[in-house]
Amino acid sequence: MASRHVVAAADEIPPGGRKIVNVRGRQIGVFNLGGEFFALINVCPHQGAKLCEGAILSQLVSDGPGDYRLERQGEMIRCPWHCWEFDIRTGQSWCEPNDVKAKTYNVTVEPGGTLAKGPFKAETLAVAVERDYVIVEM
Amino acid sequence: MSASEAMARAASTVGAIDCDLHPAVPNAQALMPYMDEYWREHMLRRGLDSENYDLMAFPPAAPINVRPDWKPQTGLPGSSLAVLQAQALDPLGVSFAICNVLHGAQAVMSEDLSAALCRGVNNWVAGELLDRDPRLRASILVPQHSGELAAEEIERLAGDKRFVQVLMLAMAELPPGRRQMWPIYRAAEKHGLPIGLHAGSTFRHPLSAAGWGSTLLEDYVSYAQGMSAALNSLLVEGVFQKFPDLKVVLIESGVTWLPASMWRVNKTWRGVRSEVPWLNRLPADIIRERVRLTAQPLDAMDGEALGRVLDQLGSDDMLLFASDYPHWHYDGSDPVPPGIPPAMLKKMMVDNPRATYSRL
Amino acid sequence: MNVTLRETRIDSPGRQYMGFVDCDVHPFFRTPADFDPWLSAKWREHRVTVGNRSRQPLHKGSLYPRMSPGNGMRMDAWPSAGGPPGSDLTMMQEQLLDLYDVRYGLLAPLVGGAAAERNLEFAAAMAHAVNEWQAAVFCDPDPRLKASVQITIEDEDAAIAEIEKRAGDARFAQVNIPPRGLEPLGRRRYRKILAACAANGLPISLHLGGTSGHASTGGGWPSYYHEEHPSYVQTMQTLVISLTTEGVFDEVPDLKVVMVEGGFAWWPSLAWRLDKTWKRMRAEAPLKMAPSEYMRRHFWVTTQPMEEPERPEDMLQTIEWIGPDRVMFSTDYPHWDQDDPRYAFKVKLPDDWARLIYRENALSLYRLD
Repeated sequence: MASRHVVAAADEIPPGGRKIVNVRGRQIGVFNLGGEFFALINVCPHQGAKLCEGAILSQLVSDGPGDYRLERQGEMIRCPWHCWEFDIRTGQSWCEPNDVKAKTYNVTVEPGGTLAKGPFKAETLAVAVERDYVIVEM
Repeated sequence: MSASEAMARAASTVGAIDCDLHPAVPNAQALMPYMDEYWREHMLRRGLDSENYDLMAFPPAAPINVRPDWKPQTGLPGSSLAVLQAQALDPLGVSFAICNVLHGAQAVMSEDLSAALCRGVNNWVAGELLDRDPRLRASILVPQHSGELAAEEIERLAGDKRFVQVLMLAMAELPPGRRQMWPIYRAAEKHGLPIGLHAGSTFRHPLSAAGWGSTLLEDYVSYAQGMSAALNSLLVEGVFQKFPDLKVVLIESGVTWLPASMWRVNKTWRGVRSEVPWLNRLPADIIRERVRLTAQPLDAMDGEALGRVLDQLGSDDMLLFASDYPHWHYDGSDPVPPGIPPAMLKKMMVDNPRATYSRL
Repeated sequence: MNVTLRETRIDSPGRQYMGFVDCDVHPFFRTPADFDPWLSAKWREHRVTVGNRSRQPLHKGSLYPRMSPGNGMRMDAWPSAGGPPGSDLTMMQEQLLDLYDVRYGLLAPLVGGAAAERNLEFAAAMAHAVNEWQAAVFCDPDPRLKASVQITIEDEDAAIAEIEKRAGDARFAQVNIPPRGLEPLGRRRYRKILAACAANGLPISLHLGGTSGHASTGGGWPSYYHEEHPSYVQTMQTLVISLTTEGVFDEVPDLKVVMVEGGFAWWPSLAWRLDKTWKRMRAEAPLKMAPSEYMRRHFWVTTQPMEEPERPEDMLQTIEWIGPDRVMFSTDYPHWDQDDPRYAFKVKLPDDWARLIYRENALSLYRLD
């Protein structure tokens, strides 16, 4: 049964920002993409590097040799070691989206007032009624 | 061939398509009737009609390049049609054989002279070979240091359906994927001609960044690495994306270097692909779809190793039967070495060549 | 499809790798002035005014820039105190040596520019300075680290002098020779240097890369790092071809050659092709044995960047063909394409192979312990 973990106040992670949090002994990267929040395990499925600490980049697309365009700016994370790129929304690897994935977690944002009713776990945060919080399900 | 001899073979070559046969232009004199008057006089003025235009990459009398029992008393190996018929076409019983003439025309420095010599060789091939034996097909020799002139030569000959491929040496001035080379691929694709990259070099550069070696032995072994580099160039520069119907045949490459090379380029791609964003598929998958290899020589220590490494290719569609006559890769009358996986063997004799060479 | 890649595996790492010998670790300088203590006033001034001059168009930058800053550094290896990855011994200990209880780390000092320098006097001075620097900055504070002797191979006298100076110094384990040279290493002009390495009990380490002025492929200069990266491996193969066919090992029977950072899956096919072609062309190369036999006796390979076969189990076949006694693990820390000893092999090695590859081959080759 998944449990819900309060990992950050929503305004702690601005759009384009990220926070690495610990949930049940696992490091998770929480990302804000234009107001939507996403969470990935901080482990690259290739060789175990801290994936979520890599560069946040765009998706590069091309219609053919010499054509270079950016799409979905700021929605890809690149592993700090071998430069493998992953979609922050889905955890899918750009190169092999069906075969190589970083584990993702459901993320919701809820007002502190609702959270006060529980159930949730806030290991390191004190929840204030007047703020919104990022909840990771694990 | 006796019945028992045929039984002992890995595969019958009767009716097969030999995708790499090396006839030779006897000498430059033989080309003169096939050149236009300007270049004929040019050759005479400079005494070029007494040159032989053998490639440094393929000295014709070197043991690797002529099997001892195929060595003629006089003249170049492969220069007599009658001997070629008696030694290669008739005993193997092939239905077609694709002539790949290795010739210095592709290596000379002047682009115009290179183009003139290539025209001469191609005309000679048509007149002396294709007109005289209906089993023969040929590759168009192109002045590969000039994309434009090479494309012109392809256009000139495209109407003659007996020319089934464009021939280039794997190592030349520029890696073959460079954009200056694209007119060649545009013309080849338009006319349904695969690009045949033949092992070897025009010797514009040492065979690797480590410099010039000492022996032909070293050079010949290095042609496999040169082929790997040429293939990487075509892949990374996006030639397969730009020309979606183009096929590439790696001729006389040795073949067994390819699985390790695919693993390596796949790995590089996963980390470096953002440098070349058009390369949007796993390189090994592109190779399996678009690249073919002639099956002589096949470098392996024995049949078991050969079977295992060919299995690593992950496709039965890639090998094309070839004798590589008169080069010395096998003895006796069986050009197909043991160990080729059965499914691959079944397709390589006829089906794969037909699927590759749409003009056959 | 590489099915093992789908597994995270962080929770169940095998332990075969602990206490491994890392055959490729890169020390870097904080600033080029780090070498000054071991340069004369003349060469200190030359370093600042003229600097390195190799056979390439850019004075400092790379012709084939890597995909991450620092010309291809692991992004999490930049020291917080400043300086490039590999320049902070404490961080190297935290991220590599202590983390995996590394028994020894073989330093590959790709710094100072001696390998490709055209001014041979400056090259010899820089080689000397880099050797002193490795010993003082890395090996003395952490004796697990073993230096590689830098030489300038185009100056035979200086190279042999540097080799002889380091012989018997336990801080130095091997001699580093750039694989991209003016001529292949089997050519006769390099023979005395190779003989000096063997006579002094030092294997030679050929660490891939560098610039020789020759195009990086036999067909000319590629456009992209994506091509340059695999082309390095072709040069490594050239040196195997050259060293085996030139009869070097008949003349220098104690020479041992380590191919560093070239991967290794190319070995079997190359060995077969060498033997097959040699059978036809042996009059050119009157050797005592087949080329692949020299490979089996005189060559070692380090693992990184580990090939990743499409079917992971094919790795075992490859190692069997090479011989597990010839393969030595390496990370290439702190480069972008470094391998993590926990996850680099995508297939479990038999325990006896793992012992050889992670530890024993290197301990015995370098006579460590």
